[in-house]
Amino acid sequence: MGYTSKFRVWRGDDTDGGLVDFEVEVNEGEVVLDIVHRLQATEAPDLAVRWNCKAGKCGSCSAEVNGRPRLMCMTRMSTFSQDEVVTVTPLRAFPVIKDLVTDVSFNYQKAREIPSFAPPVGVEPGDYRMQQVDVQRSQEFRKCIECFLCQNTCHVIRDHEENKEAFAGPRYFIRLAELDMHPLDVKDRRRGAQEEHGLGMCNITKCCTDVCPEHIHITDNAIIPMKERVADVKYDPLKRILLKITSRDD
Amino acid sequence: MSQIERHTYDVVVIGAGGAGLRAAIEARAQGKSVAILSKSLFGKAHTVMAEGGIAAAMGNVNNNDNWQVHFRDTMRGGKFLNNYRMAELHAKEAPQRVWELETYGALFDRTKDGKISQRNFGGHEYPRLAHVGDRTGLELIRTLQQKIVSLQQDDYITTGDYESHIKVFAEFAVTDLLLDESAGQPRVAGCFGYYRETGDFAVFQAPAVILATGGIGKSFKVTSNSWEYTGDGHSLAIRAGSTLINMEFVQFHPTGMVWPPSVKGILVTESVRGDGGVLRNSEGRRFMFDYIPDVFKKQYATTEAEADRWYTDPDNNKRPPELLPRDEVARAINTEVKAGRGTPHGGVFLDVSTRLTAEQIQTKLPSMYHQFKELAGVDITKEPMEVGPTCHYVMGGVEVEADTQAATGVLGLYAAGEVGGGLHGSNRLGGNSLSDLLVFGRRAGEAASTYVDAAGAAAQITDDAIARAQAHALAPFDGDGSENPYTIHSDLQQTMNDLVGIIRNGTELRDALDRLESFKSRVRNVTVTGGRVFNPGWHLALDLQSLLLVSECLARSALAREESRGGHTRDDFPAMDPQWRQVNLICRMTDKQVNVSKQAVPTVPNELLSLFDVTELDKYFTGAELAGVTGGAH
Repeated sequence: MGYTSKFRVWRGDDTDGGLVDFEVEVNEGEVVLDIVHRLQATEAPDLAVRWNCKAGKCGSCSAEVNGRPRLMCMTRMSTFSQDEVVTVTPLRAFPVIKDLVTDVSFNYQKAREIPSFAPPVGVEPGDYRMQQVDVQRSQEFRKCIECFLCQNTCHVIRDHEENKEAFAGPRYFIRLAELDMHPLDVKDRRRGAQEEHGLGMCNITKCCTDVCPEHIHITDNAIIPMKERVADVKYDPLKRILLKITSRDD
Repeated sequence: MSQIERHTYDVVVIGAGGAGLRAAIEARAQGKSVAILSKSLFGKAHTVMAEGGIAAAMGNVNNNDNWQVHFRDTMRGGKFLNNYRMAELHAKEAPQRVWELETYGALFDRTKDGKISQRNFGGHEYPRLAHVGDRTGLELIRTLQQKIVSLQQDDYITTGDYESHIKVFAEFAVTDLLLDESAGQPRVAGCFGYYRETGDFAVFQAPAVILATGGIGKSFKVTSNSWEYTGDGHSLAIRAGSTLINMEFVQFHPTGMVWPPSVKGILVTESVRGDGGVLRNSEGRRFMFDYIPDVFKKQYATTEAEADRWYTDPDNNKRPPELLPRDEVARAINTEVKAGRGTPHGGVFLDVSTRLTAEQIQTKLPSMYHQFKELAGVDITKEPMEVGPTCHYVMGGVEVEADTQAATGVLGLYAAGEVGGGLHGSNRLGGNSLSDLLVFGRRAGEAASTYVDAAGAAAQITDDAIARAQAHALAPFDGDGSENPYTIHSDLQQTMNDLVGIIRNGTELRDALDRLESFKSRVRNVTVTGGRVFNPGWHLALDLQSLLLVSECLARSALAREESRGGHTRDDFPAMDPQWRQVNLICRMTDKQVNVSKQAVPTVPNELLSLFDVTELDKYFTGAELAGVTGGAH
């Protein structure tokens, strides 16, 4: 069953590094992360890689496999032909710490900028009542395992470092959508989405949806509906007139 | 030495899973400054792997449920070795802890009347597990993570600094607890550890430390546990002078994936059975009917027809034996496979495709569908899964005071969640772990805060203590080059799997202890190459020390307990013995050696015992213990 695969792994840090070739044993059913582990146990004990569950649930082992953002634990070696060179590189949108490990703190900063769940006033714990059909929309976004593959692939920041400050990224657009669609959240998140978090910079190329290992419909179910909600509040001509009148009163 | 980073906090929480985060939230609520030291990135802790749900007697689906029923189920599941007070607090407080999560933003699946839905699970008399499909752990960790962020946002508004009261130190591993031993009983002064990212060291000075480090599953080869589960907290506690309790009890979850080899051990949630999945051997027989032990005969169906009726009419039929507690099901599967009635890959069949529609399976068990499809090429809506036992949970842990989670022997040290011992007795029920994290995480956070109020600032940490901790952490760079940490780890896992696994005996356990001795000397020769920046070889070399120490505690306790109970089965002592029910085994370090001693199990007060039928108690307790007990409510 086993065969020898040609594996190419990026090694180095933020200042210096390159691709290193390995020839490594592959057995039936194995995934890319198994092969990285075999390299650690044999030829490269200090090869840096992040991983936790190896079951597609924690979102730690994100990398680019043959240029495509993937979870290494969910990428089976059988998806490549046996003579194909498999190239594993770190996420490109974030600074490399070492080898396959990148500094993803950008995402944690953005998480902090999103206003949290605003619970309904006067509803005691235990008295929350919501229908399944109403929670389902937000539940889809709460499937997110924070692998940050969507953040990594989004060309708004992948190719434009300078956009990072103004742009929260797809992971946080689904967080905004999740809260806006939460049946009991009392905060209006529409203006903030546009004015604070850069929703308008997304031009819905759906790359994020494409790479999501949880198959969340990021663009169709979160970003586009949020854009529509923003348009409703910000660009409705009648409302604009009304707003002008009322703001004059202020 | 001068470059070592120093921090001062009121409370340091080691571990950022459910228990650690809930503890931090509580300590913050009590006005304390809190550091959370997380071995992984924030939000990646092992809690994320929990699938089925969180047990709490809310009675949303069956209003006969209440804390007394939950208490009874927990004690039964643990074969009455549980710390009764923890089981009582847990059953009473779990509903409040779950409801609280909704105020943090959690979105559980709903009943028709809009309440939190609850599902059936092994050993629970009524549908009791609040859940979100089969990704409940993810919901729990994310909710707590987001609550921490929201508290940081509040602090930002008042202080201009997100991290003025709670700071998460991501990818920070603790290698030593620092103690003040100047006045009799040792007390916590802080801890020492390294940033995985840079290899730099840091010292935290704090009067109270809460261990919330989870379990020990990486001691075993076939395990559902993630890389972090290396027994760090267990090891820190016993090395500091505290004690570990019930370490012989390890839960082997009955259903892990068995094929392909690289995914062997990955969890298949008990919800599959809770939602109707049945177990069959290679002959097509629903074998669990052959394995209903006497103590459970009254609660489980003895015919397929009755078991099948239970799914639609639970009030008038008994539950199917697939939903027996995990220890029973795991042993049964093990026996079937050994008797030659296993599947081609050495498991048994778990089939949900005949009872639920493809759509129902994809709604109720989406992760399982996804996991089998992507990792094994199996479509569970059409064909059965192949499953077998996998190391899942350690019931044993730091011996704690039930109400406060204060660790024995070291002032200022607390333990909550899987690293704490006692609640689950000899076997944990599914769903009781997530509730454990919340109930006792909160209690630990509260008690640590109260302790800090009384104890004041932490003792000064000497340069000498820091130098020792640093030397300990750097030692693997100075080995003689003869041993590779990955090889030793793999050998250790194989040994534990083969000799201290689901079925044990004295000869094998003694053999295991001999081998553990040889691993100890090998670990001293471990050498790591490369630098200190994110070096997994170095990290594993340090983790190996904890793994070895907990493995030894486990094997020694297993050898000492000469009976079979829950997550400890001896084929040389196959019976459950009421005399042993009165005994907890305690591990402590004396002169750098692990010693095991016997200690009496706390006596269950009559008002709790009387919640049971005396004829049931007869099967567990000695006649002398039951004299004067007049239970009979059920």
